[in-house]
Amino acid sequence: MSSTVMHSNHAVAHDDHAHHDTGGNTVFGFWLYLMTDCILFASVFATYAVLVNHTAGGPSGKDIFELPYVLGETALLLVSSCTYGFAMIAAHRGFKGQTLAWLAATFVLGAGFIGMELNEFHHLIAEGFGPDKSAFLSSFFTLVGMHGLHVTAGLVWMIVMMLQVSRRGLTDRNNTRLMCLSLFWHFLDIVWICVFTIVYLMGTI
Amino acid sequence: MSHAHSDAGAGHGSYGSYAIGFILSVILTAIPFAMVMSGQFSQSVNLIGMLVMGVVQIVVHLVCFLHMNTSSEGRWNLVAFLFTVLIIVMLVGLAIWIMVNADMLMMPWMFQ
Repeated sequence: MSSTVMHSNHAVAHDDHAHHDTGGNTVFGFWLYLMTDCILFASVFATYAVLVNHTAGGPSGKDIFELPYVLGETALLLVSSCTYGFAMIAAHRGFKGQTLAWLAATFVLGAGFIGMELNEFHHLIAEGFGPDKSAFLSSFFTLVGMHGLHVTAGLVWMIVMMLQVSRRGLTDRNNTRLMCLSLFWHFLDIVWICVFTIVYLMGTI
Repeated sequence: MSHAHSDAGAGHGSYGSYAIGFILSVILTAIPFAMVMSGQFSQSVNLIGMLVMGVVQIVVHLVCFLHMNTSSEGRWNLVAFLFTVLIIVMLVGLAIWIMVNADMLMMPWMFQ
């Protein structure tokens, strides 16, 4: 806010003024995108809930879900949320090296999560329980796969941010981008809470 | 100065808020998994337990990780979120209501 007041002096370069004005708006705009993404996920959750009992003679959730494995995935994602938070604190304080280190830690944890998920999918498909087996499995792969795709997109974005920060440092623009990725990453952890509760836990009882 | 603009749009956390969020999340994840994996509880107790823990954990994440609050800077984030929750409740609730009824009318043998 104070920057806006200071830059109301028209002698300041126009680009700089515009940028300072839009940083907060960018983050809020990204928040609105996340809200629409919530609705996309909600639609797929509704599809899953409608189709969960349509197993067409194939396995139900009880037959194929392994809770200890899901607990491992959950732990990876939760710790990665924390490490991203530490990266944001380091960025806020202007510590470039620490920011990069925490981003790298977050990337490794996120990649571990994706690796575990791909391994789970591979095992299911190898056993003949692919998305073509039943409506339940189609919706399961769609829902969990869509979350996985989001996490993968977040990982690609994280590589880009690590390159940007290492080359250009913690500039205003990079800080805004890091903030958006922070919202995205924490948001995906919240979606995962819904996934493990509604898909894995409810499917097992 | 260089950080001034990023304060708008979303708040910043501290090590404390992340630590609290992390510990609460671990507890709120461990309880429903332990309940289901132990097999000690009835289906309805498990269901209520996991749904309550899930909702509480989402609120913990929103407050501790996404730093959602009722301050004037965060007000529009909150309004947008609450509106989204309303849409989600209607979308999911009505979809399940309509489709389960359609199934009951068209495939009554599945519900016997």
